[in-house]
Amino acid sequence: MKPYVDLAIGFARTGVTGYGGGPSTIPLIEYEAVQKYKWVTVEEFGEILALANTLPGPIATKMAAYVGFKVKGGLGAVVAILSHIVPTIFGMIALLGVLYKFRNSPIVGGMVQGVTPVIGYMLAEMAFRFFQNGRKGLGLSKMLIFSIISLVFIQFLGVHPGILIAVFLISAFVIASRKEKAAKDSSGKVIQMKEKSS
Amino acid sequence: MIYLHLFWSFLIANLLGYGGGPAIIPLVQNEAVNHYHWMSLSEFSNLLAIANALPGPIATKMGGFIGYQMGGILGCLVALAATILPSAIAVIILFKFVNLFKDSPKVKLMTKSVQPIIFILLAVMAYQFFFSGFQKSGAFNLILLAFLSYLTLGKFKVHPSLVIIGSLVYGGVFLS
Repeated sequence: MKPYVDLAIGFARTGVTGYGGGPSTIPLIEYEAVQKYKWVTVEEFGEILALANTLPGPIATKMAAYVGFKVKGGLGAVVAILSHIVPTIFGMIALLGVLYKFRNSPIVGGMVQGVTPVIGYMLAEMAFRFFQNGRKGLGLSKMLIFSIISLVFIQFLGVHPGILIAVFLISAFVIASRKEKAAKDSSGKVIQMKEKSS
Repeated sequence: MIYLHLFWSFLIANLLGYGGGPAIIPLVQNEAVNHYHWMSLSEFSNLLAIANALPGPIATKMGGFIGYQMGGILGCLVALAATILPSAIAVIILFKFVNLFKDSPKVKLMTKSVQPIIFILLAVMAYQFFFSGFQKSGAFNLILLAFLSYLTLGKFKVHPSLVIIGSLVYGGVFLS
């Protein structure tokens, strides 16, 4: 029973103290999983994080799933995920329920107006973070070109963002495969040796 | 039917969102507001405001609430399952093979390639919020509140929930 209780406490704590969405909760999860409860080592945590970052979807629940699974199998994963997300979902339903109930009150209307620019700013900040990531990964000129392409297709031509994402993912896969192949042809032996040693 | 729609839209949004919860916000907006018309943009912005004022992962707060609103407890569970399960199962299964593709240039380039799209989606959303703020409360309040957000959140790293509560109070007093 103790491991389940520990998982529940550890992930509930990170769930209700981490602000700014999953990515900003990662250091808190690391503290619980590596330092406090020693469920995983620092190296393993780094590897899970690297893997979680290459997969789509929310980050924090992926971390919870893996750590919970490692400690206590499938049930451990369920316990870890649920303790991480359920408290704040109740908070959402309760707070928004109140807000919707009084939605016709001028005060609530004013509150919504007051918070709108703040959310705009928060989104702009998130957008900027993705811009920085892309600039680091792709270089400034490519980042700008692809951003403009995305803007035109999604905003002006009304293409579903999912289609554009799929196109970008497939192109990246094809380009990377070609590069890999080209590199292999030119220095095949070196890569083979590297693969064997790793 | 609604359960199927909930499942499908949250599955799509989360499978396409590279970069954690924040990347998923505009994709959820696209499904819930533009495609299925479950809510208006202003309702979505309320939801986002409360979600940002509360701790915890943002994707599950959105999924849990929209699912609950559209289909009760079962809708909530369906939306959450679509949000969490695919990537959670993938991370558990794939971890055994992590060394095979962790450093794979294919995966790295794929992750990078999505950044411009997510950037544009979030930037457009930010613009929509600023524009709606401008329409409803005028340029003065918009600039004041956006500038104060920059000072508190960006410069002095004030806790986001305090900033949101502050703006709610300001709006309740001066904009009602």
